[in-house]
This record gives sequence, structure tokens and C-alpha cells, in this order.
Amino acid sequence: MTGAVVMEKLKEIQREGLRQDLPDFRPGDTIRVVVRVKEGDKERLQAFEGVCIARRGSGISETFTVRKVSAGVGVERIFPLHSPTIAEIELVRRGRVRRAKLYYLRRLAGKAARIRERRELAGDETPDA
Amino acid sequence: MIDALLGRKLGMTRIFEPDGRVIPVTVIEAGPCPVVQVRTDVPASTGEGVKRSVQLGFGALKPKRATKAQVGHAKRAGLEVVPAVLREFPLSGEGDALPKPGDMVTVAIFQPGDRVKITGTTKGRGFQGVVKRHGFGGGPATHGNTRHRKPGSIGPGTDPSRVIKGKRLPGHMGAARHTEVGLRVVRVDTERNLLFVRGAVPGPMKGIVAIRRQGARSRYA
Repeated sequence: MTGAVVMEKLKEIQREGLRQDLPDFRPGDTIRVVVRVKEGDKERLQAFEGVCIARRGSGISETFTVRKVSAGVGVERIFPLHSPTIAEIELVRRGRVRRAKLYYLRRLAGKAARIRERRELAGDETPDA
Repeated sequence: MIDALLGRKLGMTRIFEPDGRVIPVTVIEAGPCPVVQVRTDVPASTGEGVKRSVQLGFGALKPKRATKAQVGHAKRAGLEVVPAVLREFPLSGEGDALPKPGDMVTVAIFQPGDRVKITGTTKGRGFQGVVKRHGFGGGPATHGNTRHRKPGSIGPGTDPSRVIKGKRLPGHMGAARHTEVGLRVVRVDTERNLLFVRGAVPGPMKGIVAIRRQGARSRYA
């Protein structure tokens, strides 16, 4: 059995753990991540809304970073995309950006940190940027 | 009882717990392993007692690659295909009935939570220095220092005028048999003959490994 066959088998096993219920989103999009938080023996939902500034990794190991400015302080959270702690992801606004990692937003604030809205042709699901 | 299995390492992935914790796992495609031979030997060294063991097979050799001796050996166990790998393992349980040649051993012998030890051939790393090979500290990187990754003194001087045997020095690393002890079985997939084991396992993806049951504590707990 060759290495390629082994790779394919492993990928197939990994695919089983992937979540299909999450929307497609890209860096630049504003998203609302609803997280399951455990407090003692109670579980509640907590939302974190901000701009997705990066997606990294692939398959079951993929993570994404969400940045928001809370009370004047920048807050970033990194979530594993396929984690069961994510109850829901809501796509709030799509943004048009020209790079994959928006780390430059960290040194910008206010008006300078705005992102243009991405508009897509009706019925066309393919990305335009 | 047969407490061992042969398998092929498929690689590593992760499993999410319902609470979001991540378990790093190695996936092994293990078995089904036919019993090729059953041995009850009296050890020649002591001449006492009986050593009971089984020879397990794994995989399949292309028919044109199998020698006639191998074909004959497999045929005696009632096998149509010649296993690519043969390994012998001791049998546990003194009074148990002996397994028969041709019996199949599958991943069903393991349960989630079992402790296992896994033997394989580590990835070859070629000729390596003392820092990577033996974990030496090396020297400072800067401040005029030139002993960056050198071993330093390797012994006394005129007396004894030689280097003590066993001194850890640079040399070939890896591509050696290694047993990782105390790994925990996380999941068993009997349908696809898959074993999910917490932690890393010696060898490359597609490497052949032997999985044996054990009782000791894990490094990863």
C-alpha cells in the first residue's frame, strides 16, 4: 500500500469529524459566533461578534480568528472551526478585502479599520474578490 | 489469549470531546491478523516449562513476489494469501485453549480505555549531532561563542588517554526499533479495523507497528 493510499484513508477518517452545518465565511466577514460555555454544571450560550481576520489550518484542525473592539480594547479569539463548543455561526456582513490575513487591522482603529462590503451577483455563489 | 495485533499507521488526527477538549490520536489500521503458526516450545536454555506463542500475519504479498516457502507456510495455516509481515507474540493465560492456525485476530480484542504499547521502526534522521540525538544543551549562540552545537569535552586527558565506552557522541539516529509504552486506546472501529490511540506512535505514516496490551501508566495519562 502506497503512502498516497494511506493519506486518502486518513483524510476520509478526518472528514467524519467535520461540521457541515456552518456557513461559508472568509476573512473580512463580520460574524457572530455563539459559543457553548460551561459554568459549573450549567451550560449557557455566549455570543462573540467581530471581524474574522484569519483562517488557518485545514481539515479538522482548521481554526479562525475573530477580532472585535470591546470598550476601546481590541479582543481576539481563536476558535477551532470544527469544535462542538461552537453552537452556531451567523454571517452578519460580508467584507471585501484583498488579503487572507488581516493582521493590519490591529494597528488601525475607528474609521481606518472599516471594511468595504462585498457584493455578489444575484444567484452567483462564487466569490468575486 | 492473544494480546497482540499487527497494523499499519495511517497518521495522526484529532478527536473532539463533547465539551470541546481535543484528543490527539494516531489512527492505526490493525488486523485482521491470521494466526499462521502456534508454538509450544520448551526453552532450550532452561529446559523447563513451555513457551506458548503465536505467529500472526498481516497484509498480503503479491502472489508473484511470494517465495514457494512462504506460500507453503501460509498454506499450512489454511491461508490463500501470503501475509506481508509475520511476527511472533507470546500467549497469555496458562490454561487457556490454544488458538488454531487460520484463526483471525481483529481490533475487537481491544476496548476503549485499554493501555497498549506500540512497537515500530522510528523515522530515519540520518547522521545527527549531539543536541538533537542526545538532547545536549549546546553552547551559547552569541557573545563571541563558537561552541554552538558541539558536545564539549568528551573525557579526561593523558590518563586514561582514551574515550570511555558508551560516550554519547554524534552519529546515526532513528530508523531503529522503538516501543512507546502506556498509550491509551480511545476508539475502536471494528467495521474498518481501525484503532485510535492517544498520542504519537513510532514510525512514518504507512509504517508497520505491533500493538500489545499492557498495564502500566501512560506518559500522557
